[in-house]
Amino acid sequence: MSVDISQFHEIFFEESIEGLDLMEKELLNLNKDDYDVETINTIFRAAHSIKGGAGSFGFNQISEFTHSVETLLDQMRNNEREINSQAISILLQAVDKLRQMVSAAEQNESFDETELVAVSEALAQLLSDTPGKSTPPEQATLSDGNVAETPTTGSTHGSGWHIVFKPNKNLLFTGNDPLLILKELKQLGDMQLKLKDDLPPFSDMEPEECYFHWEITLKGTNDESSIREVFEWVEDDCELIIKPLDEVEEKSFNEAVVADIATPETTTNQSLAHPGATTDHEVLELDSATARPVVSENKQRTPETPNTDSKAGPKDGGMSSIRVGTDKVDNLINLVGELVITQSMLGQLGSELDGEIHQAIVDRLEQLERNTRELQEGIMRIRMMPISFAFNRFPRLVHDLSQKTGKKVELQLSGEQTELDKTVMEKIGDPLVHLVRNSLDHGLETPEVRLAAGKSETGHLHLNAFHRGGSIIIKITDDGAGLNEEKILKKAIEKNLVSGNETMLPEQIHELIFLPGFSTAEQVSDISGRGVGMDVVRKNVKSLGGEIEVKSQKGSGSTFTIKLPLTLAIMDGQIIKVADQNFVIPLLSIIESIEFKDESIRSVVGKGELLSLRDEYVPLIRLTDIFSLDQTPKNPDDTSERNLIVVVGSDDYKVGLLVNELLAQQQVVIKSLETNYQKIEGFSGATILGDGTVALILDIPGMMTLFEKRMQANPPQPKIAIEA
Amino acid sequence: MSNTQKITPAEESWQMDGVISDGTEQFLTFELNGENYGVEILRVQEIRGWDKTTPIPQSPPYLCGVLNLRGAIVPIVDLRLFFEMPFKSYSSTTVVIVLKLEGDAQRTVGVVVDAVSDAEDIALKDIKATPNLGSAVNTKYIKGIANVDDELLMLLDIDKLLSLESILS
Repeated sequence: MSVDISQFHEIFFEESIEGLDLMEKELLNLNKDDYDVETINTIFRAAHSIKGGAGSFGFNQISEFTHSVETLLDQMRNNEREINSQAISILLQAVDKLRQMVSAAEQNESFDETELVAVSEALAQLLSDTPGKSTPPEQATLSDGNVAETPTTGSTHGSGWHIVFKPNKNLLFTGNDPLLILKELKQLGDMQLKLKDDLPPFSDMEPEECYFHWEITLKGTNDESSIREVFEWVEDDCELIIKPLDEVEEKSFNEAVVADIATPETTTNQSLAHPGATTDHEVLELDSATARPVVSENKQRTPETPNTDSKAGPKDGGMSSIRVGTDKVDNLINLVGELVITQSMLGQLGSELDGEIHQAIVDRLEQLERNTRELQEGIMRIRMMPISFAFNRFPRLVHDLSQKTGKKVELQLSGEQTELDKTVMEKIGDPLVHLVRNSLDHGLETPEVRLAAGKSETGHLHLNAFHRGGSIIIKITDDGAGLNEEKILKKAIEKNLVSGNETMLPEQIHELIFLPGFSTAEQVSDISGRGVGMDVVRKNVKSLGGEIEVKSQKGSGSTFTIKLPLTLAIMDGQIIKVADQNFVIPLLSIIESIEFKDESIRSVVGKGELLSLRDEYVPLIRLTDIFSLDQTPKNPDDTSERNLIVVVGSDDYKVGLLVNELLAQQQVVIKSLETNYQKIEGFSGATILGDGTVALILDIPGMMTLFEKRMQANPPQPKIAIEA
Repeated sequence: MSNTQKITPAEESWQMDGVISDGTEQFLTFELNGENYGVEILRVQEIRGWDKTTPIPQSPPYLCGVLNLRGAIVPIVDLRLFFEMPFKSYSSTTVVIVLKLEGDAQRTVGVVVDAVSDAEDIALKDIKATPNLGSAVNTKYIKGIANVDDELLMLLDIDKLLSLESILS
């Protein structure tokens, strides 16, 4: 039977990455003094799953490396080894290497062995140290408590093994065939098989269920793990007992030995006997050969949380989420967008109907509108993910950075369940990392400095996310030194960013850090301080349609607040008409709309036209000029009076756009132009209006760039004479 | 059939596309300024009447604009203008052929033609390599030519013809 297993690779990679994330998270939890015993079990299970998966898919490098990680973890969970920060730090490095290996395997690239050497050696070194408090597994039957003989420490037994393999009834549903397993087992050595059945009366029999189990005697020199490997795929769907033959035979003589089975990982099911331990009860049952095995392997291995073991696969009703490709979701979003358009067209038709005669139709149309809107909202929500996906990397980052800088930091995360669009999440990750690095590098002080300033030795960093209106707010607060206004101002003057003559408010000084090319780090470190920091952060946030601001109090810390739209797929837009064409301006960037008056326009040679807006002058952009639109109004003199100016911009700039008409304001679904064409300068995308036509969405910053380029290329001649 | 015959270079290029099986291929033929052109019928997504497009600022004149095709934004290219033939104003009989491209990325592009003629089965052995034609169309966009009912049919390489580099240069 040959099945192309490469189709499952994708799942393996995804699961492995998830497993590694989990390991990392839990390893960091171990750092705390009061960690949960279950934590180490979770880490172990994740490692075990990765090893198993890698082994079955032939990624031997991964499985071998994970094996040594697993061994170390196993000793830890059996209390044979102390959990100290050194071991945790090596394990964290191992997780990093594994991540690289998995991603290399995903790209079909080979992973350079030499990369592993350092971590492998550290692991080997750690493993070769005699564990702090243990007795070797081989002596377990006579010992005090550390009786755990686990799958991975597999010992070899000369004479052979006694195996009881009792599949669950639904084993066949999982696509596993006991016959194939037995055949494979046979290849390991001389095998004798006893078939037992559990057949119900014929009338109750389900043809698709498995009613058999087997008692197997396997002769030959195999180690336990190689036998377990055969059962790897079914170990969660069966009861499996593997015992050395000699042990089974000798059992009756060892009745006096009663093992204490209170190993840590079995605390929740202490009543279960351990395979390595011998109890009167168990021996009796085995002797009578009618054995109903008392211990099931999977229960023993994963006592509380079977569903965190990703290899367990789809267990009955254990799934709370499904994996769906983003393309499928995007396709749904497109379809719903279409539905919304069709619905609005229908609505338009319906509004022309006589309400009295066609009451029923009008009512149904209203209902359709409600349903469509709810459907659209629901589908949009599919793309939403909790921000914890972006936050999850910070415990590790803070851990590493605090070690590197020698600062003590306590990271607090809150609002991790706040949801936002996946695309926004992907793009906000890097800016957040930058802010956190900055806080650690520049904000928080070393323990000595903190103590001297009368603060607690440990600095606090708080990441908080919450919804407000149609936006998500992310706050990054530290209780460090705060922004040093004098230093910032000095630097800004040095770099010619400000003249230094005017008096500036503290807030204005804080704003300076967002200017391009600004960096106050006295020493350029690899953490931050390349001077491309904050302006890039602000640029990224703006490109998402968001804002970032800083509040700081010298001596008591800073707070960076990022405000982002929940989704990039939908936007509030103002539809405008220029040269008989519809365009959409993002409502967020519109400051105001005013009537066009000739007398409020000034022409400046080489600078184009300026619009006098109360007490300031803002550049006036004629969309017809920069987009070379064909403006052929019926009568230019007539229409000029109906022209309007839409003032757009943000905190740092303002421009006036000359438009012919303001049409409706509505939510528009943003569609990419790149799917079938390419990006068009000055536009961020397109949308489909209620009548089914396409309208381009103006990208205000992009349009500004285009405008500036134009002005440099050919400075316009004044259209209106300069008034004296 | 033609399996035993020597494969002509043009035939080979069809085969490399992996589209033939029995030695014939079906083409959609259309008219453009009195000349006959053909495209592989499997690449045709749909044929539709002319609809007003949304112009794209600062695009080449042969790019009529973009159209909403069931939620997808699809660019429309006027083949007459693209081949530098005289412009013919659009009417209710003007036809847009929507094509699926498989070049650099899978894209959908519509082309404006004068009229759709027919679907023709053409034996690959009848497809000849392109000589240096006096036609308006640059020969690099032509995969081969065939004779159908004593009329010359030019088979277009739409992936090359409508690639982004080509329609934006």
